[in-house]
Amino acid sequence: MTTNNKELIVKKIENGTVIDHIPADKVFDVVRILGLISLEDEVLIGTNLESKKYGRKGIIKATNKFFDCEEIDKLAIIAPTATLITIKNYEVVEKKSLSIPKEIHKIVKCINPNCVTNVEEIDTQFNVVSEEPLTIQCHYCEKTMTNINFK
Amino acid sequence: MTNLKGKNLISITDYTKEDYLTVLDLAEKFEKNPNQPVLSDKVVGSLFFEPSTRTRLSFETAANRLGARVIGFSNTAATSLTKGESLHDTIMMVSSYVDIIVMRHHKDGASRYASEVSPVPLINAGDGSNQHPTQCMLDLYSIRKTQGTLDNLQIAMVGDLKYGRTVHSLVQAMSNFGAEFHFVSPESLAMPDNVKAYANNAGLKYHEYRKLEDVIPFADIIYMTRIQKERFPDVLEYEKVKDSYILNASLLNGCKDNMKVLHPLPRVNEISMDVDKTKYAYYFQQAKNGMFVRQALIASILGYADQIK
Ligand SMILES: [Zn+2]
Repeated sequence: MTTNNKELIVKKIENGTVIDHIPADKVFDVVRILGLISLEDEVLIGTNLESKKYGRKGIIKATNKFFDCEEIDKLAIIAPTATLITIKNYEVVEKKSLSIPKEIHKIVKCINPNCVTNVEEIDTQFNVVSEEPLTIQCHYCEKTMTNINFK
Repeated sequence: MTNLKGKNLISITDYTKEDYLTVLDLAEKFEKNPNQPVLSDKVVGSLFFEPSTRTRLSFETAANRLGARVIGFSNTAATSLTKGESLHDTIMMVSSYVDIIVMRHHKDGASRYASEVSPVPLINAGDGSNQHPTQCMLDLYSIRKTQGTLDNLQIAMVGDLKYGRTVHSLVQAMSNFGAEFHFVSPESLAMPDNVKAYANNAGLKYHEYRKLEDVIPFADIIYMTRIQKERFPDVLEYEKVKDSYILNASLLNGCKDNMKVLHPLPRVNEISMDVDKTKYAYYFQQAKNGMFVRQALIASILGYADQIK
């Protein structure tokens, strides 16, 4: 890879968020689950980039997009190794490593079809019982699961 | 003794070891003196969204022997729930009439949700395949009653250990008391990993067996469960194992003198009638103990534990 290409990849954005160090195979999950496809401003998506740390990584740059807590929780669940970089006026104003939350509220759907949260209008709630592999337990039906289904 | 006033009972893990012992001690008083009408000004809501005559009668008798009145329903066919009223709204309505709710529901997690909606305390009488904590409490009561202790017992569990929620809860609850577990089941109905992990984390030993005979000589408690044919992916597999989990009187030769057979009932054929007449059979008394335990729970959750003689 030439220096020229690298510069192209890391093209700076004026305002917005860069999600770096996404595992290469999770990039499109991140795009889909965070609904980045429906943003109106410029979104740059790169994948299979070389990374010293992770072998192959992905990167997403979303212009004029800043993520809220629920979105950050989702991102932490899909790509816990990712780094979230907030850019304002071409400057990095915040760099944040993600971590899996201890409790997950609202954003995940229980996989148990007989769970009360799948019939009544209830905000779901899960406790993280293990991070690797990610295992969560439904606060209501008490089932544990490793398949994470976002709402 | 702990104070359980206002404390919901949804899952067996909601209560501590001390809480269990508080309930069991109080239940002992009710066994000696079952009619103690201290709740004459109380109303118990008995909400059985799913029919379960056995559990409902036990709870309602418990409430009656405490002098409380009972309102509720025994299935949802006759209620507005069939018109699409949400569980939320039903609980809001009923909780404005009663002092405590006893609830059974076919959905997993329904009782936890209802307890978060309800301003009055709630006892879970079974939520789908999830929890049935009062069954577990009466199992503990029966074990302590017959063995004189809950500590360091050899507990064998037999049959469908995969889907049987009563055995899962019992492992969780007994993990407070240093038991050693002996799991007897066909391979396809073995104790799930998460339940075994629970025993592991509590530092308890467990062993797995395919044959019932293997555990008879040393078990203090043999906890039998139903094996249902429909649980087997393959009928041949069922035919192969079905008779290996039938307990009869001759199999009990050589068991420990203090050994007792428990079963959550109803039984089908996994315990032969000839066991009923032996001194080892305890399952009918076990069911009766459920009433004392439920009296103890209702009385303590409503704050009347210290008035029980
Ligand atoms: Zn659930």
